[in-house]
Amino acid sequence: MKTWVTPGGVHPPENKHQSLTLPIGTLPIPEKLLIPLSQHIGTAAKPCVELGSAVLKGQKIAEAAGPVSVPMHAPTSGTISAIEHRPIAHSSGMLAPCIEITSDGKDQWQAHQGVADYKNASASTLLQAIAEAGIAGMGGAGFPSAVKLNPGHERPIHTLIVNATECEPYITADDSAIRERAAEIIEGIGILSQILGHPDNIMIGIEDNKPEAIEALEPHVQGSGISVRSFPTKYPSGGEKQLIYILTGQEIPSGGLPADIGMVCINIGTTYAIKRAIVDGEPLISRVTTMTGDACGINRNYETLIGTAVSHMLEHSQFNEERCSRLVMGGPMMGFSLTSAEVPIVKTTNCILAPSYQEIPDDEPAQPCIRCGLCAEACPVSLLPQQLFWYSQAEDYERLEAHNLFDCIECGACSYVCPSNIPLVQYYRHSKGEIQKARAEKVKSDHARQRFEFHQQRMEQAERDKEAKRAARREAAEQAKATAGAANNGAAKATAEGQSGDSAADIIAAAQARAAARKVSPEQQLAKFERSIAGAEMRLQMAEEKLTEADAQQTDEQKNILVAAVEAARQKLEQAKGRLAEHIKEHKGEQVD
Amino acid sequence: MIETIAQYPILAALIALVGLGILFGALLGFAAEKFKVEGDPIVEQIDELLPQTQCGQCGFPGCRPYAESIANGDAINKCPPGGQATINAIANLLDVPAPELDAEHGEEAEVRTVAYIREDECIGCTKCIQACPVDAILGAAKLMHTVIADECTGCDLCVEPCPVDCIDMLPVEETIKEWHWPAPPTTADIIASDLRPQL
Repeated sequence: MKTWVTPGGVHPPENKHQSLTLPIGTLPIPEKLLIPLSQHIGTAAKPCVELGSAVLKGQKIAEAAGPVSVPMHAPTSGTISAIEHRPIAHSSGMLAPCIEITSDGKDQWQAHQGVADYKNASASTLLQAIAEAGIAGMGGAGFPSAVKLNPGHERPIHTLIVNATECEPYITADDSAIRERAAEIIEGIGILSQILGHPDNIMIGIEDNKPEAIEALEPHVQGSGISVRSFPTKYPSGGEKQLIYILTGQEIPSGGLPADIGMVCINIGTTYAIKRAIVDGEPLISRVTTMTGDACGINRNYETLIGTAVSHMLEHSQFNEERCSRLVMGGPMMGFSLTSAEVPIVKTTNCILAPSYQEIPDDEPAQPCIRCGLCAEACPVSLLPQQLFWYSQAEDYERLEAHNLFDCIECGACSYVCPSNIPLVQYYRHSKGEIQKARAEKVKSDHARQRFEFHQQRMEQAERDKEAKRAARREAAEQAKATAGAANNGAAKATAEGQSGDSAADIIAAAQARAAARKVSPEQQLAKFERSIAGAEMRLQMAEEKLTEADAQQTDEQKNILVAAVEAARQKLEQAKGRLAEHIKEHKGEQVD
Repeated sequence: MIETIAQYPILAALIALVGLGILFGALLGFAAEKFKVEGDPIVEQIDELLPQTQCGQCGFPGCRPYAESIANGDAINKCPPGGQATINAIANLLDVPAPELDAEHGEEAEVRTVAYIREDECIGCTKCIQACPVDAILGAAKLMHTVIADECTGCDLCVEPCPVDCIDMLPVEETIKEWHWPAPPTTADIIASDLRPQL
């Protein structure tokens, strides 16, 4: 059957035979297992167990948080001994939230069963089961499988591609799994086909350096509609976009997904995990991981529990620390060096490589680029690595984007062929990170600008409102003044009739007082004044009496109060007398008039 | 017609030129009215490049006023939160040489910070709320206030007005998601033998 050839690519020494001499083995259950909450692309899972609680094997210990997330399960029975930040396998060497389980050694399963009558179950039931089993792509990226298998109605899937390429040197996890578990894998593919509504083409893409695996698959695919397609070995054929091109000749648009052209590409290890989840009801708690490299006496594949420390694997593989140049998680091309052997194996860990100094020597210092162009020939995405390198050094991010930096799959082929030992991929990774950071900052600053503008607007509005209120109050005051003035004028007119002209500006109260004064006759007035004088005199007398009485018994403070009261009474009396005198004078004047 | 032109070539040329002048003048005048740009587009572009912390360290009340001032010829190196990257970007936009950051306005911060209110000590005076340019502080009079960390631009304008000094500017710690590869060490200009220890 026709296959297509991708541009570029390299042929590094395969080194796969070392780990294929023995069948898949198992390791003793480690005393402690460390399960990072984020082993996949998307939101980290949320712990749903408490410190110190006992868990059974396969029990859920962390729940998926959001649509693009997967739950975590206990790989063995034991107790939760820590929920905290621990070092994980990450190039940064930073800490990340983890759950630690101390094993009780019983390895006791919780009650579990597969999806009943799965052959007739609906796609959504199966997807639900896959999501619940915590399955994320096991090829390396760790994208939640249930999300990948549910591209939506607007993107019907006509081709399912199962990726068994395993193009990186040293790694044989998929190869050995196919050899030993072909029947289960094909069953898993059948389930996938059922979920995707039986696509027209189902292909298993595999490199021709795995004849045993191809042979193992052949009897199981007979009459199932699945075709096994082998193609010449070349690194990197296992990239999703590369494999789709090799098998179908179609390219995925830049920045697009396989689903955009009606395809789904899934790792073969994942199909096995899906079979276990659907048929047997077992969540993803272990995976096949290759332990290889000359620094280890035993090179083989292990069915490894998720959360097993790398050091635990090394211990059981006759690891010779002195011979080991570095510890690599993943393959020699795309893997990353570990800073510590205490980090755990996660759902995406397909290989632990402990090479000797002869296999992978220390990095030679980088020499200047001589523009030989070997990198451009090796690039499987037809980019211009040397140009990207220059722009990356110059931090010219605009040009990097124009040269499609984001189409780089970081396969490392350019670094591999570089005669100057330039760590090209690290330059690209750095630049990608910087560009993404700048984008995130741009979003943030736009957001801040929007908020600032809104704030300004709000302040201006408040100022305007205040101003409007002030103006309204001022107007009301003026109006009140105007009406008061009118009333005054009226009163003034009224007084002008009886009495000699008083100024119109006098307040209303004065006018009223005068009006009241006019009502009572002078005789009554006189009598009133006299009464008030008599009252005031009496009050003064009483106050003075009190003061003389108090002199003997009471304190200074109280006396002071009484003295003040006497004084006040005296003043009142004087006032009353004054008023009387005034009244008499006025009256006399009136009589004279 | 042709005869008249042939008879008075200079006059004809003059009429033609004046005619064209009037025509194009009218066209340009019309275009100037029709396609008039509201505001100065260069201000928008400069404002896009500024970090929008609205901190006022440049001496202007916000990023936009500073952008307007730059458009009117002010120095482009007064923005410490943006740092050298912003200066370079503006220099690139305006096609002028990129100066160093003016130390008078502050230094470029190593790490991003956000405000944090020690809530036990907060007396609820609302002074910081009034100072915040992006409404990132939540609270009410006589009630505890708190900062919405995601909205905080780290301008530290809220620190000064606080009467009880309960606001700290805390560095934002990098998470594993934000981490990205550092640039490789530049050894390209060293000869391999230079790396060996001196004998």
